[in-house]
Amino acid sequence: MIPAIVVFLYLAAVLYIGIFAFRRARGKEEAEDYFLASRSLGPFVFLFSLFGTNMTAFAILGSSGHAFTNGIVTFGLMASSSGLVIPLTIFLVGTRVWALGKKYGFMTPVQMFRDRWECSHIGTLIFVVQAAMLVPYIIIGIMGGGTTLYTISGGAVPFWFGGAIVAMVVMSYVFFGGMRGTAWVNTFQTVLFLAFGAVALIVIGYGMGGFRAAAQAMQASPLAPLLTRERISPYYFFSYTFIPLSAIAFPHILIFCLTARKITQFKKTVIFYPICILAIWLPCVFLGVMANRVTMPQIQEKQEARRVLATQGKAMQPEQRDELRDKLAGDDVIMLLLQRYAPLWLAGLLGAGIMAAVMASDSQILALSTMFTEDVFAFYGGKTRFGESVQVQTGRIFIILITLFAYVIALQAPETIFELAIQYAFSGFAALSPLLIAALFWRGSTKWGALAVTLWTAASVIAVAAFQSSVPAPAPTPGANPNIIFGTLGGFEVLSRTPGGTAVFGFMPVVPMVLISTLLMVVVSLATKKPAQTTIAKYFGGHK
Amino acid sequence: MKRILLVVAVVALYILHQDIWFWRSSHLVFGFIPIGLFYHGCFSVAAALLMWLLVTFAWPSHLEQEVEEAEREEGGAR
Repeated sequence: MIPAIVVFLYLAAVLYIGIFAFRRARGKEEAEDYFLASRSLGPFVFLFSLFGTNMTAFAILGSSGHAFTNGIVTFGLMASSSGLVIPLTIFLVGTRVWALGKKYGFMTPVQMFRDRWECSHIGTLIFVVQAAMLVPYIIIGIMGGGTTLYTISGGAVPFWFGGAIVAMVVMSYVFFGGMRGTAWVNTFQTVLFLAFGAVALIVIGYGMGGFRAAAQAMQASPLAPLLTRERISPYYFFSYTFIPLSAIAFPHILIFCLTARKITQFKKTVIFYPICILAIWLPCVFLGVMANRVTMPQIQEKQEARRVLATQGKAMQPEQRDELRDKLAGDDVIMLLLQRYAPLWLAGLLGAGIMAAVMASDSQILALSTMFTEDVFAFYGGKTRFGESVQVQTGRIFIILITLFAYVIALQAPETIFELAIQYAFSGFAALSPLLIAALFWRGSTKWGALAVTLWTAASVIAVAAFQSSVPAPAPTPGANPNIIFGTLGGFEVLSRTPGGTAVFGFMPVVPMVLISTLLMVVVSLATKKPAQTTIAKYFGGHK
Repeated sequence: MKRILLVVAVVALYILHQDIWFWRSSHLVFGFIPIGLFYHGCFSVAAALLMWLLVTFAWPSHLEQEVEEAEREEGGAR
């Protein structure tokens, strides 16, 4: 129960930060102050809050769980590729969006698209697609909160109550503190993340009697493939470098880029982003792999499920395979290691670090509220008719409604549905990234090109999700190709259902999704009417 | 020339991410870190260094000037 008490203290601290931010802004009922902290964040808060915003529960729980099952490949697959692509996109896109926001007062990406391409309803469609892909994150955040509190308290805090507490805390500090509160909480959480990785590594390493013996024993055992990347194909590995393109296309990340006081604040963020990723992910991935050497009944059950799926999975029904996949999932291995090796009070502190990761849905809730009030409420005349104060209150009411909606869904729907939605939302946002590149770097892009990209993104996300839902995943078959193949061309599998998802010519769906998006933007824009010269000059200079 | 070199550096680092040469090696660096993990840890440090180069030699300072000009014009209009 001690770890749960420490976590509750942490939640109280987070709530206090949000309320403090509210007091700091007292009297200001301006949309720009509430939704963007008056574009005034300093370098330290900007770096840590932007980074924290992008780190979900997956950074700690999911990364170690993925590494437990798949080995060290997790780091190269998800972390080091992000360490290159995300800061690069912040450097190229984030800085330009910040400057346009400062010059023209944009508060959301859709506002910029509407202005850049002289469109209105196409902007609304982009808002709808972005919102639809963002909502599952909020739901899964609440589910993660409920599950974590349940596990940390040893079952004393039921899932529904834990989820309600997390939802209430997040809703409260976003409601009161707006962007300022969210940024401060994210900064606090990121410091906890960073401390978490180092402390967990030291404590667990000490508890295991050092990693050298464990690693060498693993190298000499049948678990040795986990120290390599042979469980993942190089095609899949390459495909994954497209996923981090999604980061800059996420509305909450782009909106965060608008909060910097000066453009120079991007410098530290761009440089230190890969180091922050390294500091959090490397220990989590390493510990996830090393968990395979720990003798705990829960871990042995997972390993047994993994073995049964690999050896007998082919002869099983899809439902039985799904059941085994649930059993072998390693998202809780890091918590199991802490239970085993960390003293109770420290397990509580580290549990708070995990809660910090789980609660990353705050900026998504705020971003949805900002988008709704700016892209829908204000755009369709609400701000003009009712004033800015009512706009801010509408944003606050929206925060309550969206959190309640997410909580109710989190209680009723199975988690796997939203995990699937999140899996393909990443690809979806990556497929939307050509919108930003075209808007900022290509004079010739048009609203019709933007429409084609948006429709393609929505259609492809739905198609891949429907395909995966209708064709059950095959069992992994060591030494043979387990894929269910739908057509071949020149010896390549055109479309296949793999044990881990879907492949198109051996690549993850994100590759064709991004490439076709780019192609559609180019072809449709070339064939359609450009915006007025004055608009193009506003973005690229030149003759008006 | 400077810009071309930076673009080449970005492309080179992207290619270096696909390190198929350590794919099946379970060699342990310092006796406990798998070489594939060690490589990508070093890759992350190299990415930070590349970002430092970009920030130092290709910083879009014109954006800041544009914003300052726009703010001056706005101030003047008031």
